[in-house]
Amino acid sequence: MEEQTSNIQVIPPNKEKIRKLWKIAAILGLVTAIEFVIAFTVGPGAFKVSIFVGLTIVKAFYIVAEFMHLGHEEKALIWTILLPLIFVVWLIIALLAQGDSIYMSKF
Amino acid sequence: MSVSTAAVEQEEKNIWMGGTSPMKVSYGKLMMWFFLLSDAITFSALLVAYGTIRFSNRAFEGDRDLFTFSQEYWPIPEKVYEAVPFLHGVELPLVFVGIMTFILIMSSVTMVLAVEAGQRMDKPAVIKWMLWTLLGGIAFLSCQAWEWGHFIVGTDTGSTLADGTVIYGANLSINQYGPPAFADFFFFITGFHGFHVFSGVMLNFLIFYWAVVGKLEKVGHYEMVEKVGLYWHFVDLVWVFVFTFFYLV
Repeated sequence: MEEQTSNIQVIPPNKEKIRKLWKIAAILGLVTAIEFVIAFTVGPGAFKVSIFVGLTIVKAFYIVAEFMHLGHEEKALIWTILLPLIFVVWLIIALLAQGDSIYMSKF
Repeated sequence: MSVSTAAVEQEEKNIWMGGTSPMKVSYGKLMMWFFLLSDAITFSALLVAYGTIRFSNRAFEGDRDLFTFSQEYWPIPEKVYEAVPFLHGVELPLVFVGIMTFILIMSSVTMVLAVEAGQRMDKPAVIKWMLWTLLGGIAFLSCQAWEWGHFIVGTDTGSTLADGTVIYGANLSINQYGPPAFADFFFFITGFHGFHVFSGVMLNFLIFYWAVVGKLEKVGHYEMVEKVGLYWHFVDLVWVFVFTFFYLV
């Protein structure tokens, strides 16, 4: 056991990599702060919703690409994960239209 | 160096013919990715269902300052989530949920740092960062427990129905903030996410424990940290969407 532990090589931290991680964390915090400001300064409407959706996608990109490291994986893996989400896009279009139709028939 | 171009081409062709890892990730990580993809679709279904029901209900129109809770229209989220612990009666819309978001992002960062430490076989650093990640997860769950408590108990004044009865708070059938479906979605979506966070905290604890007792070091690599890390980042990712579509929009 003694011998085994002494054989393990601890590599010193990669300062640049760690700095990059904190930079991404700062971006995520900043985007959240911007969302917070927009929530109270921009009037309600489609414009506000599209800003929120856009900023959410920015945050999602950084989390998935950098924190989950997907951006640095093989192309085959990236597309395997991303392409099936096309069904979600369709789900959004179909069901929001459905909700709208229910509204029309109710009121 | 001596490999000829033809041999390289041959190898490219054979990459999908078995015996290799074309995606260059381990089995465990690949399966975690597939699980997360299916989980992403589950969460999408929940959030899209929320959108459908919201679109099929009346929206509040008029001066937002004059907004009151009513069964007739969907509430403005920032008018619902405005309470902060220890600041009773002070209107601070979205502040508490903003703090929760910040906590979860920070715990995601500490998780990446644990993964980075694991790749370097740096046991003390893995233990340190896993502990911070655990604390972040537990802090988030505590915040959510408080938020649920406040949502269930309701405001001081409650909401008066058309027949004159006053209702306080919300459960699955009555809801002072708006149509009952609003509360149902609140409980289901934040509850399902909270359950994921809870599972994540359990897994993080397991990894933390394995790191402390030296089990991972004995195995020779810290890939378990990476796999659970993927799950933990996913939980953060889902929260980003819940935050936008449940609290902001």
